[in-house]
Amino acid sequence: MSEPLVFTKARTGSSVIRRAPLLAVSPARRQALAMTLAGLGLAGPAIVFLLGLFLLPAVAVIFVALTDWQFGAVSFSFVGLDNYRELFADATFRVSLVNTAVYVLIVVPGTTLTGLAIALLIESGNSCRSFYRAIHFLPFMATITTMAIVWEALLHPTMGLVNQLFAAAGLPTANWLRNENTVLPVLGLIGIWQNLGYAMVLFLAGLKRIPQDLYDAADVDGADLWIDRLRTITLPLLGPVSVFVVIVVSLKALESFDAVKVLTQGGPGHASEVLLYTLYRESFEYLRAGYGAAIAVVLLGLVVSLTLINTLIMDRKVHYQ
Amino acid sequence: MSATTSGSMSTLAGIFRHAVLLLTGALLLFPFLWMVSLSLKAPGEIFHTSFFWPAQFYGIENYGKALTEAPLLRYLFNGFVVCALILALQVVLCAPCAYALAKLRFLGRDLIFAVVLAGLIMPHQVLSLPLFIIGYKFDILNTYTALILPYAVSPFGIFLFRQFFKTIPDDVVHAARLDGLSELAIVWKVMMPMSLPAIIAFSIFSVVGHWNDLFWPLIAVRDQSLMPPPLGILAFKNEEAGSDYGPLMAASTLVMLPLIIAFLVGQRWFVEGLIQGAVKQ
Amino acid sequence: MASVSIQCISKDYGQTPVLRSVSLSIADGEFLTLLGPSGCGKSTLLRILAGLEVQDVGSISIGGRVVDGVRPKRRDIAMVFQSYALYPHMSVAANMALPLRMYRLSAFQRLPFLGRLLRGAAQITADIDMEVSRTANSLGIGHLLSRKPGQLSGGQRQRVAVGRAMVRHPAVFLLDEPLSNLDAKLRVQMRAEIKELHRRLGGTFVYVTHDQAEAMTLSDRVAVMLDGELLQVAPPQGIYSDPANRRVAEFIGSPKINMIDVVVRERGLIDVAGATLAIDSDIPTGTPLSLGIRPEALCLADHPGQGILTGSVRMVEHMGSDLFVHLDLAGADQPLIARLLAERASRIAPGQRLHLGVRADRVLLFTRDGQRLRREADLVCRCVTPLREVAG
Repeated sequence: MSEPLVFTKARTGSSVIRRAPLLAVSPARRQALAMTLAGLGLAGPAIVFLLGLFLLPAVAVIFVALTDWQFGAVSFSFVGLDNYRELFADATFRVSLVNTAVYVLIVVPGTTLTGLAIALLIESGNSCRSFYRAIHFLPFMATITTMAIVWEALLHPTMGLVNQLFAAAGLPTANWLRNENTVLPVLGLIGIWQNLGYAMVLFLAGLKRIPQDLYDAADVDGADLWIDRLRTITLPLLGPVSVFVVIVVSLKALESFDAVKVLTQGGPGHASEVLLYTLYRESFEYLRAGYGAAIAVVLLGLVVSLTLINTLIMDRKVHYQ
Repeated sequence: MSATTSGSMSTLAGIFRHAVLLLTGALLLFPFLWMVSLSLKAPGEIFHTSFFWPAQFYGIENYGKALTEAPLLRYLFNGFVVCALILALQVVLCAPCAYALAKLRFLGRDLIFAVVLAGLIMPHQVLSLPLFIIGYKFDILNTYTALILPYAVSPFGIFLFRQFFKTIPDDVVHAARLDGLSELAIVWKVMMPMSLPAIIAFSIFSVVGHWNDLFWPLIAVRDQSLMPPPLGILAFKNEEAGSDYGPLMAASTLVMLPLIIAFLVGQRWFVEGLIQGAVKQ
Repeated sequence: MASVSIQCISKDYGQTPVLRSVSLSIADGEFLTLLGPSGCGKSTLLRILAGLEVQDVGSISIGGRVVDGVRPKRRDIAMVFQSYALYPHMSVAANMALPLRMYRLSAFQRLPFLGRLLRGAAQITADIDMEVSRTANSLGIGHLLSRKPGQLSGGQRQRVAVGRAMVRHPAVFLLDEPLSNLDAKLRVQMRAEIKELHRRLGGTFVYVTHDQAEAMTLSDRVAVMLDGELLQVAPPQGIYSDPANRRVAEFIGSPKINMIDVVVRERGLIDVAGATLAIDSDIPTGTPLSLGIRPEALCLADHPGQGILTGSVRMVEHMGSDLFVHLDLAGADQPLIARLLAERASRIAPGQRLHLGVRADRVLLFTRDGQRLRREADLVCRCVTPLREVAG
């Protein structure tokens, strides 16, 4: 038992001797080596997880999308771009793509404009700022799953508060979530309700960054009515923030899933089928891994291009800061 | 406001501001109030009156039912465990990496940062399919591990900490090295205590996100005893299969309560955290 | 062109008073500087003049017209801000044109695209463009008109800010520390340009600064402010050599004026650190006084004697042409600082004993509560004759 131990010690000793030539290397090189070891040592664990949990899965998705693999199947074969061909020939997927676009087009302008208006209103006075900020922000951090159930109760066709109020006011009522024409706008409204506070907070941060000096200069220069101040200073200087808000809210809208899952399951028909829900159903309900992966790749492409657009615009607007 | 705006004009503008903000605020808060209101109403009353205040206080029955008919406490417990472990793992893994990226110059640093940025723009749902396969291969589906592991590292956390560490002067690091601290000790004993705002902001970002997440738990666990709150609520709703909204709303209120309390206590941090979170690029 | 009258202006921020009953008249075409350390209320006073803030008490007139409650744009003023406050999203031309557009075009004519079609708008816009380019050329920034402020250097931005103020031909120019964001070399150059600009335009300039050199070189008169109070208004030389009280004397001048607490020994004589100085006999025996001696009012002496201060050198600061000698006097807690010509005093070293004569005509007397005692020829200098020639 003791002999191997001695052997190990001897090896350790020899390795120390072998390290001696390193001392001959210039001190700068040695320090650089030590830095690299420290850096890799500190970043290593995170990088391993990043590669394993983000990059490899991303590569895997792209790979799986080229196969006809199904969950549980023992074998699979490469089918090239067949999944994509099938995808874009599939009426359901096309509907899902269009629905997602419509949903984004409802949520993004609605969220951005109301968020901006509320941020401007809050910032236009000094009283109760944090109170208003808090109440408008609350929906954004709410659990959508539970809030969707509340919305379901509110929108209940016969007994929901919305229809009761509409009926009392003499307005047309509807089975909001079971009607092909209303379901997407209603989901869009819920999306606006949810994300408005987020846009507002971002705009508030943007407004804070506008120097008071500029408003003073505008006062002296004669742009002292609120509409002139808005036009000459506030809106132009919020430009970069607005681009950012639009992109971030678009990403949020692209990735919306919970409300659809809880409220409509993509129905009625496929009227509220959105990309992420289609992805979920194809992959995990129908277990068509290859097909689902192709949808994931499409979604990934959309998200990455939006982010790149954002980065490009932000780079161009640097001189604003 | 311009100081020279006449008094009556600014009073009028002030009234308008409060009126509009109170109205929009009320509209936004209405679903929350409605949720609490329904959780206190008897089954027969729920849809027959549009008033907030229950005619007959039915809260005890509803909340009792929510707590007994569904393992609601179990869901909440799962939520706490999962969120806490995710956050702990994320901080432990992200902080040293962020420090290396912010303060050390070494071969491959730019490549590592590129990997972080790539992870940052990746929507997690897109990766669910391979993650599911990994979970299946390692036979960890339907365990806490399946809920926690995919989020063990947060590219956003690395990014945020790196940004914050960069604002700490290099001299602090040099001084710590002269005092004999190892690089890892510098991370935990020097950088982290100085980065409390970033840590709090990130914690909020992380906990809110994972407490509310439905997509991944839906895929990763089947067992009721492992479900986090949103998935549990969904299961409860499907079981009830009707419109017995009282207990459902009671359960929803209980699920939302921790977040709302945390929000009201640390409102400033929430908003700061979200702004930090927004400044991804 | 207009005179400015400030009457009894007071302002508080909550419990903190920032301005305490400030009154000041500025003549038409005058260059007046508000000088004081940061937080003294000078910027607040300027902002009240501009109409950006409202005074609690008091009244402002510009050109004989009371402007209290009048919006900034109707006060016939223009302002140059410390940060320049250029609109970062507009070109230099648009920045300079903005005030003219706001004054000359109606709200409808200012509408994007549509406004251009309205009657008269095109002509007015063309006029504005012409005036802008004329003003820009006169400031040497004509070639920068299409740039954005972010693409300009500090000095260029400063010129654009001045140009934006000039283009309207206001009666009064308000300048809030306009040079403080420039580097030292550029600051001296822009200082000269502002002086030249004032000469050329002939308008009334109110200039806020904490920099004594700027105040001294630019102004017709300087108004010294401390802690929200106006302490003295006088031409630059008067502020320096004839301060109204101890606070002004101590604020103006670098290095700071030497202040020595003394007591009148007997009529006409006071003791200073073991030496005796002769003063005016009016002040009764036993009166406590403060003696203010500017560093350059001291001159080298060969040996001790009446009116000669003696001490040991604590340190010597070489400033090139001059040097500052810090001298420890017996019984004084502060060292005395003397400004001596370097060529006459090159061999002074720390630890050495040194004799310094006091130039009588430059000594200032204050009561212990800081009031100035104004008497000419109070003191008789006892400088040894050859050294007096040196000092002269």
